[in-house]
Amino acid sequence: MSAPAVTTPAAPRRAASESPLALELRDVHTYYGHIHALKGVSLNVQHGEIVTLIGANGAGKTTTLRTISGVLHPRQGEVLLQGDRIDKLAPHQIVLRGVCQSPEGRRIFSRMTVRENLEMGAFARRDAGAIAADFDRVLALFPRLKERLAQKGGTLSGGEQQMLAIGRALMSSPRVLLLDEPSMGLAPMLVETIFTTIVEINRQGVTVLLVEQNALMALNVASRGYVLETGRIVLGGPAQELQRNEQVQKSYLGIE
Amino acid sequence: MQIQEEVLQVLLIGIANGAIIALIALGYTLVYGIIELINFAHGEVFMIGTMAALTIVTWVPSLFGVKQAFTLPGPIVALIVLGSLVAAMVTCALLNVVVERVAYRRLRAAPKLAPLISAIGVSFVLVNVGLLWKGPSQLNFPDLLPQVDIFRDWLGINTLVLFTFKDLLAIVIAVPLMLGLHLFVQHTRLGKAMRATAQDRDAASMMGIDINLTIALTFLLGGALAGAAGAINGLYNNSAWAFQGFRGGLYAFTAAVMGGIGNLRGAYIGGMAIGIVAAISDRVIDARWTQVVVFGLLILVLIFKPTGILGEETTERA
Ligand SMILES: Nc1ncnc2c1ncn2[C@@H]1O[C@H](COP(=O)(O)OP(=O)(O)O)[C@@H](O)[C@H]1O
Ligand SMILES: [Mg+2]
Repeated sequence: MSAPAVTTPAAPRRAASESPLALELRDVHTYYGHIHALKGVSLNVQHGEIVTLIGANGAGKTTTLRTISGVLHPRQGEVLLQGDRIDKLAPHQIVLRGVCQSPEGRRIFSRMTVRENLEMGAFARRDAGAIAADFDRVLALFPRLKERLAQKGGTLSGGEQQMLAIGRALMSSPRVLLLDEPSMGLAPMLVETIFTTIVEINRQGVTVLLVEQNALMALNVASRGYVLETGRIVLGGPAQELQRNEQVQKSYLGIE
Repeated sequence: MQIQEEVLQVLLIGIANGAIIALIALGYTLVYGIIELINFAHGEVFMIGTMAALTIVTWVPSLFGVKQAFTLPGPIVALIVLGSLVAAMVTCALLNVVVERVAYRRLRAAPKLAPLISAIGVSFVLVNVGLLWKGPSQLNFPDLLPQVDIFRDWLGINTLVLFTFKDLLAIVIAVPLMLGLHLFVQHTRLGKAMRATAQDRDAASMMGIDINLTIALTFLLGGALAGAAGAINGLYNNSAWAFQGFRGGLYAFTAAVMGGIGNLRGAYIGGMAIGIVAAISDRVIDARWTQVVVFGLLILVLIFKPTGILGEETTERA
């Protein structure tokens, strides 16, 4: 799989006067009680990009995404969406502004049907016509969900649940899609399918911030990447440079 | 009275009280389902419902210059009954929302013991509100409903079973409310948001669901149902008492646990089961033994099915 060209047109809703950065974190510090999980994370994502955030288990990747989504609030630093601060907003307000995530571990509503799960993704929207169009778009991206619309989410296989989690997030019609380890626990064939779909979603105009432990795949589809280690960004740059970086090869790509 | 007729009579009493218990139990189970809190103040919300209904039932006739409501023309009595129901539901719905806002919301992230203790505190406060409002003695709730023997006078069936307007009222109010709640939770946008929030609060918030609003809505619905139970209780059992919330709440909580806490259908079934078993015990054994019988039944159910009749293991929460 090759990296897609970064010439994708930005999301159509973007106004000319807006900041060129879709998303920006400036010196973000997030805590769990006394545990200092993010120690000054700064990163940015431009319109139309796929940017990946890689790092070992416990580095703070999930904490970063939960901070962007407003589930956690930074004690210091700023999160900006198109130049506007969102770090004091509640999660549902952030979804309204066009940021939605497929969380780690999928977190689908297991006792609700696949259709209801997708409806929940569109919860904040009122435009019935556009919702129906996005529903068709999601089913076109993940045809396997189509046959399972009436099934309870909990009865799906791991791969199908991952598709549902991504599809559910897409139902909010996000400008920025956050993906937390979409390849976790999936067979290699399925990982391939999921990553192909992520590239396709991006091509349709959605900016993507992709968190992965599977650095090889992530750096293949991303245009840029950041490396997170114990709450700090230690490296950042174009994906191809990171792939060639000795430290990255040793720690994350399994190349000695 | 023949044995079949006696059985039927006991069943009718059981079903009417079971409907009251089930309506209260729904409030326990809704709240537990969404924030995993046993809302110990819920029985007292039910008590406030009876008091609100009592206020309407005594105040409106005084506007007409009469002391006893049943001396008024039929349509006005019907309106008073309806008014007392609506007043109780609205009062309790709003009260429950205020209780959540004041006593539980800020403790949502705290260890589970904290909101539990807060709930017990709210319960004491509400009992004292009831005491200040209506005094400490057991009050007579005026009997408004006509003493029509439905089987004999309306249907022409000759039986000794007395199925009055009152028995009908409990069912006529409770069943549509339960059905309405069921349809709301299953099929409306906000109902689905309630289910999603109950299953995974963080994931629901990340989908754009306003968690505070959804939890407030849950308390609103639970309060409205407790208010309805309070009004029916006054109209059916003809009594109102500031301390009634303890027993009503305890039975309803037992019903919710027996049915499987967090499960709506479990609350209907548990409520009906306890109403009927309590009615049988009152008649066959002795009313003084009824609590023993009810809790004995709960223990029996929990021995064989620790999650309650319809309860399921909920392990999917991360
Ligand atoms: N709920 C929590 N409470 C306390 N500490 C947490 C919690 N969640 C994560 N952490 C800690 O924060 C750090 C970052 O975790 P996380 O963001 O989940 O890492 P990653 O997603 O990169 O594996 C870890 O040290 C982890 O132990
Ligand atoms: Mg993680």
